[in-house]
Amino acid sequence: MTPGFDLWVYLSSTPLLWLTVTLIVWASAERIAIASGRHPAVNPVLISIIVLGAILILTGTSFATYFQGAQFVHFLLGPAIVAIAVPLYRNLDRVRENTLPMIAALVAGSVTAVVSALSVAAIFGVPEPVLVSLAPKSVTAGVAMGIAEQFGGQPALTAVLVVTTGLIGAIIVTPLMNVLGLKDYAARGFAAGLAAHGIGTARAFVVDEVAGTFAGIAMALNAVLTALILPLILYWFLT
Amino acid sequence: MIEAFALLLLCQLAGEILSHGFGLPMPGPVIGLLILFAGLFVAQNFGSITSASVNDTTLGRGASGLLQHLSLLFVPAGVGVIDHLGLLSSYGPVLFLALLVSTTLSLAVTALVFTGIKSWQSGRNAS
Repeated sequence: MTPGFDLWVYLSSTPLLWLTVTLIVWASAERIAIASGRHPAVNPVLISIIVLGAILILTGTSFATYFQGAQFVHFLLGPAIVAIAVPLYRNLDRVRENTLPMIAALVAGSVTAVVSALSVAAIFGVPEPVLVSLAPKSVTAGVAMGIAEQFGGQPALTAVLVVTTGLIGAIIVTPLMNVLGLKDYAARGFAAGLAAHGIGTARAFVVDEVAGTFAGIAMALNAVLTALILPLILYWFLT
Repeated sequence: MIEAFALLLLCQLAGEILSHGFGLPMPGPVIGLLILFAGLFVAQNFGSITSASVNDTTLGRGASGLLQHLSLLFVPAGVGVIDHLGLLSSYGPVLFLALLVSTTLSLAVTALVFTGIKSWQSGRNAS
């Protein structure tokens, strides 16, 4: 074996390499997003996933090896969720004022998210286990996978659909809200968190702190409500 | 910065202990969020912070720094999806269409109901 290959074998199995690659790819994707004037279509999460995925495939690196490095980034999700307490505290008056709009929007949005996805897929003859995996796609990944498993879906397929939903939501939320003429950042953020969970919430925090706060609330409430109403909707839909 | 990070981790740790210890249905970080939220009100009662000043504290700067980069934190899990793209099999295009239609509709319905109820409310308060 050549010394270069030995070095690759060594480095490619250390957390250092894949953590560094993740951060460099992300920093580059951010630069591209900023250079585009934060154009919604230039989404740094999507760019990073595609580039990193391509690098893993081209180098024949398994996700498990990659994750040994990337887990240090993934770990920060926990403290980041705790950190939402700060903007929530700061904007509490604004949240209180909007209690009724939030409850109404939560129920309407949550039902729409599940029923519309199931309807489109069912028209095209998608089989039942796939429908079950699809139904919780607007909910944060951990909860969605739990729901899918409980009703006979495939949790891994649900994870793919959840991430794709988050990316679609993060990309279309800004142009869609502009087309609808909605300027209230509370409403825009709440929609992003409800329809597109954490990835939508992350996009909302980039745009505006109030939007991010409402997105975080919507993400949490929709996870609870979907878990409660999904059995009823599936029962009604599949029988 | 280190103090802020330690405080966030401490809240998450307390949340995980409560979540697992009592078998609560809420995940540890969400309970941690509620603990920190309650803690901010305790600090407010002692006169240490106000909602206007919290962003100038170490915690406020740390929290907003972390949340500004929230998108990055979803990248590793997102890369994991690549392994499972095969599951989409022949239904890939249909499922993508379903996600596109459903995400557009749920964003629109949520935001429109939100603003609709809000203007109905303010119209009622005004009359």
